[in-house]
Amino acid sequence: MPARCVGGLPVNFRQAYWDEPLLMEKRSAPDSAIDLSDLVPAKIRRDQLAIPNLSEHDVVRHFTRLSQMNFGIDTGFYPLGSCTMKFNPKFTEELAALPTVTRIHPDQDESTVQGALRVLYELQDLLARIAGMDAVTLQPAAGAQGEYTGLLLAQAYHRERGEERHEVIIPDTAHGTNPASAGMLGFDLIEIPSKDGRVDLEALEAATGPKTLALMLTNPNTLGIFEEHVLDIAQIVHDAGGLLYYDGANFNAILGRTSPGKMNFDIVHFNLHKTFTTPHGGGGPGAGPVGVKKPLEPFLPVPVIGLNGRGYHLNYDRPKSIGKVRAWYGNFALLVRAYAYILRMGGDGLREVSDRAVLNANYIRHRLAGVLDVPFGGLRKHEFVASAAKLAAERGVRTVDLAKRLMDFGYHPPTVYFPHLVEEALMIEPTETETKETLDGFVEALKKIMKEDPETLHSAPHNTAVARVDEVQAAREPILSWRTLKSRKPLS
Amino acid sequence: MPSDEDEMLREMGLRSVDDLFGDIPAAVRIPKLDIPDGLPEDRVVARVTSMLAANRTAVDMPTFLGGGLYDHFVPASVRAVVSRSEFYTSYTPYQPEISQGLLQALWEYQSLICELTGMDAANTSMYDGSTALGEAARMAHRIHGGRIFLIPRALRHNRRAVLANYVLGAGLEVREVDYDPESGMLDLAKLKGSLSPDVCGVYIENPNFFGRFEEQLEEIRAMTNAVLVVGVNPIAQAVVRPPGDFGADIVVGEGQPLGTQMNFGGPLLGIFACRQQHIRKMPGRVIGLTRDTKGHRAFCMTLQTREQHIRREKAMSNICTNESLLAVAAAAYMAILGSNGLRRVAAENIRRAKELAGAIDKITGFEAPLFHGAHFNEFVIRRKKGYAPVHRALLEKGIHGGLPLTRQLPELSDAALFATTGRHTPEAVQCLLGALEAFR
Repeated sequence: MPARCVGGLPVNFRQAYWDEPLLMEKRSAPDSAIDLSDLVPAKIRRDQLAIPNLSEHDVVRHFTRLSQMNFGIDTGFYPLGSCTMKFNPKFTEELAALPTVTRIHPDQDESTVQGALRVLYELQDLLARIAGMDAVTLQPAAGAQGEYTGLLLAQAYHRERGEERHEVIIPDTAHGTNPASAGMLGFDLIEIPSKDGRVDLEALEAATGPKTLALMLTNPNTLGIFEEHVLDIAQIVHDAGGLLYYDGANFNAILGRTSPGKMNFDIVHFNLHKTFTTPHGGGGPGAGPVGVKKPLEPFLPVPVIGLNGRGYHLNYDRPKSIGKVRAWYGNFALLVRAYAYILRMGGDGLREVSDRAVLNANYIRHRLAGVLDVPFGGLRKHEFVASAAKLAAERGVRTVDLAKRLMDFGYHPPTVYFPHLVEEALMIEPTETETKETLDGFVEALKKIMKEDPETLHSAPHNTAVARVDEVQAAREPILSWRTLKSRKPLS
Repeated sequence: MPSDEDEMLREMGLRSVDDLFGDIPAAVRIPKLDIPDGLPEDRVVARVTSMLAANRTAVDMPTFLGGGLYDHFVPASVRAVVSRSEFYTSYTPYQPEISQGLLQALWEYQSLICELTGMDAANTSMYDGSTALGEAARMAHRIHGGRIFLIPRALRHNRRAVLANYVLGAGLEVREVDYDPESGMLDLAKLKGSLSPDVCGVYIENPNFFGRFEEQLEEIRAMTNAVLVVGVNPIAQAVVRPPGDFGADIVVGEGQPLGTQMNFGGPLLGIFACRQQHIRKMPGRVIGLTRDTKGHRAFCMTLQTREQHIRREKAMSNICTNESLLAVAAAAYMAILGSNGLRRVAAENIRRAKELAGAIDKITGFEAPLFHGAHFNEFVIRRKKGYAPVHRALLEKGIHGGLPLTRQLPELSDAALFATTGRHTPEAVQCLLGALEAFR
């Protein structure tokens, strides 16, 4: 049995495996008759519903077993680059469960939700200050929706000035959501190649012009490298009349050291589920507020939360607004958590967050020197991207094998094969809430794995609930539901 | 013993953590954040709790709001399931071997949504019902190619507003089809007049914005070859024939009634399901069933070539983070209630709404339900002398009336949309009726 090293001591890991049947395979109690004749017109009345009738105890047991076949940050180290998997404090869970959060309807009269509106108003203000922006909307449900909102704002801004601009510039290191958001809005995408892992100013200059709507950039970029020429980048884009969009996915690196506003960005989205540690819930919910500089404020989605002599209110009287991107005011229960987290950390604590996040990332990189290549020189911020290309060439062991094998030691793998300009990429982001002991254990495990027999790696993982999953088969003949499964021949 | 920080710095040959920020040019540096310093946990809890105490909640203020979000009872076991930190502190299950639990739960969610809707496939969620509608319109265009998307004129304004922003890039034109003023259902003659070969999709809600069951799905399907998109309330689906029976192509809806609290409007759960033939044009994450190398049944995210991280600007949608944990809550909710429980809740909602409407209708000056025929758990009430003063008077008595319709449809400025669920006590209902009596 393989061992991971914690503080020099080997610790064994083996994930639970329950051969847990599907809910639909469990024995169901009979359907009870129900008289709907007075309630639903015969033409649309439903006679039966094929959802099993189970005991509550069995259902709780079912999901508890499933949870034991899942890995969260409470389970172990989760250095998933770009995702900022830090500790989710428990006190914010308690706050979000208060009936004063859960049992309020968004259409309630303003006079009955003054507490909720105050939280939103104050959170807007805190986020604006942290980012160096002038105004914030909390409406977008996630980072990608923040991007969509930001691009709509940019378009509205240009139109107000009588300009139709439709080119969005992104570096080749950008997150996939950047081009996808631009594509969804029908904008033309101009991808510029990187030079030494940074924006190539000449390429940017060549790509920028009278049609430039915006440049979308994350800084530090997805390689974890701070774009030192950010003010020159801003100048080039602004001189052409374009706007600068800040993808906030990597905000955890710069809190209290610099801000998007200070770097001359015009629009920024926050990922509250990254930087401000609202739990990611296995894929969501998140929250993606957007901050803007003054000239863009009139275009923010409605309603805008305001404060006047009578208290907090929802302002829909915004003639230049882009309208709405989702129903109501944002993912409130997450916004409450982020608000409480910011109060808890404060300006001093948030600066320490970035200090430690950056220290932890650079420490792992330092310890992996000579073990894995890290292309491009210079410092890193909260994350870095290593390459297993040499290992692949010399021993036939690829990044995917390293990732799968890391699970056998009780670690969630880093982000793999992204960004695309690094061959056999492993993107490692430890976050600030990990101790040196954890980081050392991870490094030792990785070193040990690199020396292992290639066959052990090719057939990994060995200690997770299931062995390597056939993803090709899943896509070849997609079975996305019980209905489809029942109608098919059994998988051979 | 030296601190972690000191030891790591020493090992790296650095004096201070400041050395790691030397790449940030002086011109963009800030000395510190312009917000107050941090507070101890207990003080934050006390402060936020006391701020939120200024809210009036459905706990002690009988609230008759619906309009897309409903105050259904949520069994404690649902919260127990989603409070498992192996679930809620995990990220998107990119690595299937270590994430089987969440993947199976999400696949079960997809399966249960398919049972409710009669579709073959569902994704793991959109942000909410309104963005699910926006994505459905875009998908209808991808399938059909036409440039016009038809929606009911009687549609919640926030859905209409979000849809408008979602169809911009595809260059779609959204056109409204009016309702029949007697029945509150879609006016089929007007629908017929709006149909053309350039219509890529037709959107219908059942129950519709007025809470009225839309009984004409079969007729609507027969009228057009465009993509038929049906918006549902998932609880109502337990007793109503699924859109799949009527030939719908895509089903969307707000999934909040399935085990999620109102939370002042977020997070919510966008339901999105479709027929098997359309799955490669679908937005969002989907979970597929497969095997591991040892032959065990296993699950993984699949059809990822539709998605932003692979397809980039050509992706079906930009969605990445979604509402997965709410999908798990929905699966747990449906499993705990079972078909018997779901059908009982749905029937109870209909019965209570019917009784409430009947009782309000008996009060002189009030008309309820305004539209004739079968409703789910909400209905329109009208007061010819005006609804606004009633709304204010109810608030003064600690009762929250339904949604005033002035901002939604001008011809209903003297009306409001009232909703009820199994959570309203007989006392709360009596309280409302007593207050309305005063306006006789």
